[in-house]
Formats: sequence, structure tokens, C-alpha cells
Amino acid sequence: MITAEWIYWVLGGFFLIVGIQIAFDRHHKLRRTNAAFWCLLGASMWYGSFVRAPGGEPPPMHPELPAWLLGVAVIAMACIAGFGFTGHDRVHTTSEHEREAYATQKKNWLFVPALTIPLVTVLVSVGAGKLLINGKPLLATGSATLVGLGVATIAALFVGWLVLRPRNPGVAFTEGRRLLESIGWAALLPQMLATLGLLFTQAGVGTQVGSIVHHILPEHSRVFAVIVYALGMAVFTIVMGNAFAAFPIMTAAVGWPVLVEQMGAHPAPLFAIAMVTGFCGTLCTPMAANFNLVPPALLEMRDKYGQIKVQIPTAVPLLLVNICFLLIFPFV
Amino acid sequence: MIVLLGVALVVIGFALRFNPLLVVTVAGIVSALLGGISPLHILDAFGSGFASSRSVTIAFIVLPVIGLLERYGLQQRAKQLVSQAAALTAGRLLLLYLAIRQTTAAFGLTSIGGAAQMVRPVIYPMAEGAVMREHGRTPVAVTETIKAHAAAADTVGVFFGEDCFVAVGSILLITSYVNTSYHLKLDPLHVAIWAIPTAIAAFLIHGFRLLRLDGRLAAMIHEHRA
Repeated sequence: MITAEWIYWVLGGFFLIVGIQIAFDRHHKLRRTNAAFWCLLGASMWYGSFVRAPGGEPPPMHPELPAWLLGVAVIAMACIAGFGFTGHDRVHTTSEHEREAYATQKKNWLFVPALTIPLVTVLVSVGAGKLLINGKPLLATGSATLVGLGVATIAALFVGWLVLRPRNPGVAFTEGRRLLESIGWAALLPQMLATLGLLFTQAGVGTQVGSIVHHILPEHSRVFAVIVYALGMAVFTIVMGNAFAAFPIMTAAVGWPVLVEQMGAHPAPLFAIAMVTGFCGTLCTPMAANFNLVPPALLEMRDKYGQIKVQIPTAVPLLLVNICFLLIFPFV
Repeated sequence: MIVLLGVALVVIGFALRFNPLLVVTVAGIVSALLGGISPLHILDAFGSGFASSRSVTIAFIVLPVIGLLERYGLQQRAKQLVSQAAALTAGRLLLLYLAIRQTTAAFGLTSIGGAAQMVRPVIYPMAEGAVMREHGRTPVAVTETIKAHAAAADTVGVFFGEDCFVAVGSILLITSYVNTSYHLKLDPLHVAIWAIPTAIAAFLIHGFRLLRLDGRLAAMIHEHRA
């Protein structure tokens, strides 16, 4: 059975290749620290298969290895990257001029491998759940999209080699390294933020915020309670970077006891709209690194907060619309 | 009360523009210590937190393919294509992408787009190509705005599309949390339906801004030349 672990190992392998390439690149300005960072990240993707999940679930692979060792590696990576010891160097690639020439020559064939990725991902994630081998499903449940993306990438790589016929197929990894180095430290941030959320929860940040909100809430005012619930979702999401973390806290403080139990709101519209109100906060926060900081890094933007600045003018009016929805839909 | 210091550290750290990795690491360690968690448990949390969140970096797996295609002129080809379609301005192109991204995500097909797969190799070059067809070479500030809007269209589209899909994390979190905590029997489909009004509002608001984008970009270029 193909599980998500397989794909993590492929991704870890790619990081390791990048690290080793840099280690042998004599012209790289920050050779050692960059090589250490990517090798550590690659190895950690593998090591993670043997580590117990935060809730105490057993690790996906045997034998179980200590989590604190991975913790040390993670903090080491954060220090290497956080103090500016990673950075991208010019990787040798084709010039703008050569690319124009290739584009004219290869025409729309260039899109074939690019479109292979979404096409195969969808096919695998929709169809493979029904695919049985010896009576067992080929793909583990819950990881179909993830596995689909992995399988699709490998398929697209072969299609790419076939269509473009590069003299050295390994050039794909050098080019992949070029993009990965331009992302740099932002590659680790999404996972660090997930860890921060975990530590916040363990330290009791959520319960504290919940009790503060409960204290400032005036009684018997539906409009006030709705506004506190909505703004609480948005603000808490901005701080935590994730509406999933905000939802249980704000719902336990306001949504359930005040709006549903006291004021008789219908749960389905109330909770659904509260969640998307949290999403308005996600649009505004660097804490949602995967959505708001990684794309600017990938696009090599000068202002790493440029995308957030563009999203705020959509998030604010949408928040107001959501507050109106929350005042109407759960109460009709 | 004192555990909230960790939250304050995050806000201050980001405001002072320290490297986010350091901010997050320090804030995590400080709030854990204040919450009475032992150093070894903190290291454990960093380890198991990393291990269980490996799926968030999975999109990087496509980079060798995208890099290879870029080497052979994918971005340039995307620009060439757009230069032949006179009706396709940057704003309209991004509006079209927003619509496709949102609808496909609403049917659970979230991996169709994304910054690595679509925005960098295809959508951004097309949008820039459309601006260049009209105005010639673009100044840096304009390129930055195009990039930011291309990335934003992707994010807005996927956020306010996927929550209309029944089997998505946010909907399942709602039903599993409230059904266990408050003994309700909410059906995911029933919850997902109520995300649709907001999805429509998001499309109208962001789409309206995208339609005005062409005028804004033209004004920026005009100002730059003056």
C-alpha cells in the first residue's frame, strides 16, 4: 500500500540531492551552511517517519526513534536559516535569450508536462481509492491527494524528459535546486508554525484567550456577541496563522454558550460562517506562511509581505460581509 | 495570563521584521517555558510537530519539473501565447484563474493550482505578458504588483472554494469538534452549504478588484514614465 510516507521520502531525497550538490559546488558563497541546512531538512523528512505524533499516535514506521533528537535538528535548521546563513547563489541556467529560442522551438509542448501534474493528481486521488491489489486498496485512505501529487510529479518528470530531451536528465535537479534556493528559509517556516501552534496549545494560550473574551462580553446583546465571535475568529487566526486553532477556542467561549444556547442560533450556518470569517484573518497574516510568505519567495518578490498587502483590501470588506451574514443566517 | 507573552513576542517580532524563523522558534520556547513545560518536552514538541506537519511542504516536490520546464522557456512560451490574445488583459486573466481555482477547489480539486505548480510557471508570466503587450517593458514596482496579485488570486480562490467541499479539513473539523463537544448531529454537507454565500461574496469582492487592476497598472506605468 502506498502511503504518504513514500512521498515524504521522495521529497526528503530531493532535499538531500540539493544539499549534496551544494556541498560539491566550489563556487557557492555559503557552501557549508547551505549544504548543512538542506541535508538536515532532507534527513528530517525521513527521520519524521519514525517519530510519535503530538497526540501520542504511534509512528508510521518502525522502530520508534526519539522525537527530541529531531527537535534538536529542527532548532539547528531554524538557527542556520534564521541568522541568514542560507541564501541563494546564482545557479547556472539558460539565459533569457536562449529561453525565448527554446520557447519558439518547443511551442505548446512545454505545457504538456506542466499539465500532467494536475491531471494525474486528480486521476490518482479520485480513481485510486477504488484500485485494489490483492483485495487491499493501493492508496492509504486520507492521503490520496498527497500521494497523487507525488505520483503525478514523477510522471511529469518522465514526460518532461521525453518532450524536452535534455542532454543530461540530472539538469532537472539543478533547476529544482535553483528554485528551492530562492525559497530558502521560507521552506522550513510552515512546519515551524505548526509546531508553534502545538506549543501554544500545550502552554494553555487558547484557554487564556477564551476566558478573556468571555469576560469582556456584555450580556444579552446579540449584535455584540456576533461581533466578538467574528472579530475573535479573525484576530485569533491572525495570531495563530490558522482558523482551525481559533475555531474551538472562540466557539467554546462565545459561539456555543452565548449564541447557540442563550440566543438560539442555528449551529450549521453559525459555525460554517464563523470558520470562513477566520479565513479572512488568514489572508492578512504572515503566520500563514505556506499561503502568504512562500509564494512571494517562490516568485522572487522583493517585498516578502507584498502578497499580504494585496489581500488585505479583500479581507476587510469580506469580514464585514461575514458579520452581516452571521447576524442574519443563523437566526432565520 | 503570563503565557500570552509568547503571543506578544510573535506580534512584536513580526512587527520589527526579525527573521520569522527566529521569531517563531523563540516565541515557541518562551511560551512553553512559561506554561511549565520541561526543556526535554519542548524538544519533543519541536520534533513531533515537524514530523506530523510534513505534508505542508509537499508542494515543493514539483520543483524539479517546474525548474526543468523553465530552463526550456515555459514562462516565455506563456508570455508568447498571451501576446496573441488581445482581449486577455492581466486583470481579466487573473479573474479567469480565480474563477477556475475557486470552482475546482469547491469540488475538492485543490491540487490543480498552487504557487509552485501554476502561479510561478504559467499564471504570473501570462499576466506580465499581457501587460507587456500593452505597455512594453514593465518597471519593477509593476512586476511586483503583478506577482502579488497572481499569488493572491490563487490563495483567495483556494480558500473560499475548498470550504464548500464536504470532505475538506475545515468542514470536518467543525463537525467533529461540535458533534463530540456538544452532542450535536451536524452533517458535513449541511455545514458546507453555508460556506457558499461567503464564497460568492469573496469572488465578487476580489473579482471587482481584479477588474480594476488593469487601470491601476496603467496608471503606475504612466507615473513611472513621467
